[in-house]
Amino acid sequence: MLKALHKTGLVFFPAFDWAIDPTHPEREERLLYTQDQVTEEGIFDINGIIEYKPDLVTFQDIQRAHFCVPDEKTITTQSHLISAGGAKAIADAVLNKEVKNGFALVRPPGHHSMRVSHGGRGFCHINMEAIMVEYIRSQYGIKKIAIIDTDCHHGDGTNDIFWHDPDVLFISLHQDGRTLYPGSGFPEELGGPNAKGSNLNIPLPPGTSTEGYLYVIRNCVLPAIEEFKPDIIVNSAGQDNHYTDPLTNMNFSAQGYAELTTLLKPDIAVLEGGYSIEGALPYVNLGIILAMAGLDYSGVVEPDFNPEQLKQSVSVTDKIKKTTDLVNSYWHQKDALRQRSGTPGDIVTRHREIFYDTANIFERQKEKVRICQDCGGCFEIDSTASPGHHILAIHIPINACKACIETGYQFFDQADKNKFDIVFLQDRPKDLYEIK
Amino acid sequence: MIIGIDVGGTNTDAVLLSSSRIEKKVKVPTDSADLFNTILSCFTRLLDNIDPKKIKRVVISTTLTTNAIVQQNMNPVGMFVSAGPGIDPIAFSTGEHYYCVSGSINHRGREKAPVNTMEIEDIAKKLKKTGIEYIGIVSKFCVRNPSHEILIKRILNKHFKKIFMGHHVSGNLNFPRRIATTHLNAAVFSLHKSFFEAVKLSLKEKGLAVPIQILKADGGTMSLESSMAFPGQTVLSGPAASIMGAIPYASKKQDAIVLDVGGTTTDIAFLVDKAPLLEPLGIQRGRYKSLIRSLQTDSIGIGGDSIVRLKNKELIIGPDRKGPAMAFGGPEPTPTDALFVLGLMKDGDKENAQKGIHKIAKELSLTDIEAADQIFKKCCSIILKKTFEMIDKLNSKPVYTVHEFLEGYKISPQKILLLGGPAPYFAKKIEELYHIKTIAVPESSVANAIGAALARTTCEVSLNADTEQGIVSAHEEGFAEPISKTYSKDDLIETALTLLKEKAINLGADQDNIDEMEVVEFQQFNIVRNFSPRGKILRIKMQIKPGMIKGFEKILL
Repeated sequence: MLKALHKTGLVFFPAFDWAIDPTHPEREERLLYTQDQVTEEGIFDINGIIEYKPDLVTFQDIQRAHFCVPDEKTITTQSHLISAGGAKAIADAVLNKEVKNGFALVRPPGHHSMRVSHGGRGFCHINMEAIMVEYIRSQYGIKKIAIIDTDCHHGDGTNDIFWHDPDVLFISLHQDGRTLYPGSGFPEELGGPNAKGSNLNIPLPPGTSTEGYLYVIRNCVLPAIEEFKPDIIVNSAGQDNHYTDPLTNMNFSAQGYAELTTLLKPDIAVLEGGYSIEGALPYVNLGIILAMAGLDYSGVVEPDFNPEQLKQSVSVTDKIKKTTDLVNSYWHQKDALRQRSGTPGDIVTRHREIFYDTANIFERQKEKVRICQDCGGCFEIDSTASPGHHILAIHIPINACKACIETGYQFFDQADKNKFDIVFLQDRPKDLYEIK
Repeated sequence: MIIGIDVGGTNTDAVLLSSSRIEKKVKVPTDSADLFNTILSCFTRLLDNIDPKKIKRVVISTTLTTNAIVQQNMNPVGMFVSAGPGIDPIAFSTGEHYYCVSGSINHRGREKAPVNTMEIEDIAKKLKKTGIEYIGIVSKFCVRNPSHEILIKRILNKHFKKIFMGHHVSGNLNFPRRIATTHLNAAVFSLHKSFFEAVKLSLKEKGLAVPIQILKADGGTMSLESSMAFPGQTVLSGPAASIMGAIPYASKKQDAIVLDVGGTTTDIAFLVDKAPLLEPLGIQRGRYKSLIRSLQTDSIGIGGDSIVRLKNKELIIGPDRKGPAMAFGGPEPTPTDALFVLGLMKDGDKENAQKGIHKIAKELSLTDIEAADQIFKKCCSIILKKTFEMIDKLNSKPVYTVHEFLEGYKISPQKILLLGGPAPYFAKKIEELYHIKTIAVPESSVANAIGAALARTTCEVSLNADTEQGIVSAHEEGFAEPISKTYSKDDLIETALTLLKEKAINLGADQDNIDEMEVVEFQQFNIVRNFSPRGKILRIKMQIKPGMIKGFEKILL
């Protein structure tokens, strides 16, 4: 009988009765063939693989990571709460040491959801990994977390939520934003003034194959993780880099995904996108599960796999090397960049525009953050959605210094109630969420 | 009148029932070296002074196949296994003569790599030389498309005595379990066949010509003839017989726990609305996992004859047994001895029982009565603890839809039904300790035989309709038909009902007892490619659930 080398937890929640709409890529059928493959392989019978039931996240769980406008109930469905709850259940299993690692195969996905969420963006309403990470920090007192987003689309939601957070290293590998939704994730996007270098964005040219992905993992991701020394590694395991994916232009394979997982050794993996539901997902998911459990995955090869056809061109290889070198140089300069971003106590302003393609909302943000060398710095976001609401959201980071806590409360107290529909306060040190 | 026989590990119980009462009951020690004579002696005693023409139904539950597995007394089987992408099938080897061959079918049932006829022929030659007579063929995803299995069988037909195919075993996906189950059917086939043909012949000589029904692990029956295709399904029918015997005492619309307290072990099972819970996929016992439909049972190593000992002044009960209780001449103190000391059991050597318990009492600085009471309480608490753990596990079973998640049924038993020798004493104690209504099932010493006698024929069908490919199939039943694009849920249910009825009749069910049909699972998906709908996948699983045949309700009141 097969025995897993590592005890691995799985949550499988295909939400067989939920879709954005009947012909949308994010629909009921998405994990059907994956379920068939995983069931036929007898995965749940393997000694050391344990299936968990998803939990249901509470609104309090969501409020640690998001400002939902107007509120959590309006922009989520039960399916989102269960999907995020799947990630939470795996986190509990891993942190209670019931298993060594775990994989939440859940849908709908979440990595395009930002801290302020007015609705659906890129098939996402709430950010599962971010909700899970904040839950882990509040519940288990863990400080340093690395999130590696290997979805083919830039994980701009997660990128946004941890933008100012020096204790969360967020690295995203994705197809170049000039060729794919959401159009962001360039190497210069390094995080807020107090957290420069804690966001690393690695855009890859169309046509990147297994060789290129593993090159970036070995030469950029792993060295950064080694230096950062996270307590937990999370993988946002999107599967749309696959050579058969209908929405993207990459040449990654099931073998490649399994090897990436073996190299990365995530404590927790959470499924994100991936829309080649027949040709890729059954094999990629199987490969990831076996790799996490430390089992032989050499037989997990797509029936139509042809490595010769998927070989990446010399120019692609060259571009990947250049990008890796650039990102590495930013990573090595991160301390200097943080020093240079301003005088402690100063307030720095940023303006942004965000489009919600799924919900068809246009949002304008004005963000003010306090420069701080002792913590991530408190900040406020003045956000106007059209159609939608005008809100002010204040965030005090979980490891905030005294000065930032005080400034955060000043932001909140000084906020003019008549100017905004809602004013929110996220006090992470006290695990409080207030509305006025 | 009907006859039910349950051959157990220690005793064989048999009953003769009329529609109004238990006419006769027999208990004989099981001779595991000669099960045939054990069964025949039961028949001889039941039929004494009875006109065999009055017998309308005979159901037998045996440990024949279970013993064969335990004693590794099975036929060697040549296995042909084809897999394709995924885990290397060598991991599921059934032992010698296991061959991984080429050929691959994907999850939609499409061929991805062909069968290699030469390869199969070569292996067949090798197997013939070693004297192999029985063959199992299993291909991955044969449930979606069995053509490779059928093709390989065609090549092998002329060379071997009997060939078993994976897609006949079950409509469920699970390749490793399908391999194990197909192998088991092939490995116990000749034993099962020769045994029951002998039984049939002897009964005929006694003037008993009614078709024989055999009890399965799911608490249902199948005819002797159809059992030849699935002899593995008779494994672990013993615990099923007992659980079926408890059903009449459960209440409608309520959940109940069934505990069968034996000598060495206690079996635990659950009833929901008078129907037993089934394993989602099939029997599992330790390493062994199969696709054999089975009641959800678990057993713990604690029973009336378990050894009671002390470790660091703490009571340890079981899991081993060294013979009967001291009250019956055994070597070590047991929970049964505690019952003697407490004055609950009487027909035995109380003095001897007291001797055993006294030793323990002395070490614990308790009186004999106090020690006996502690032992008794400890037994109850171990059994109940395990039971509640099982309930928690069942209630945290993963679900795959938002609807199921929100509507998730939670088992909350309001009654405990106790079977086995010491049942009446345990019933009172458990009710006192846990405040759950607990009853000892009447006639609990032969409830297993009654359960077997009254069990109805059960079966399950799984259908997969794919309107893109234009086909509805239930390969397990050898059924496939073309369908139109507009094929609907109602059409599928109708097809499933027809197949289920047909299957039940073929398995030996009578018309009056096939109305308890239910949908176990239904799923429906749109197939979308490049943003446009191409068709639908509809899946259904229907069953005739385990239960009692009609017309015998009065005996049990």
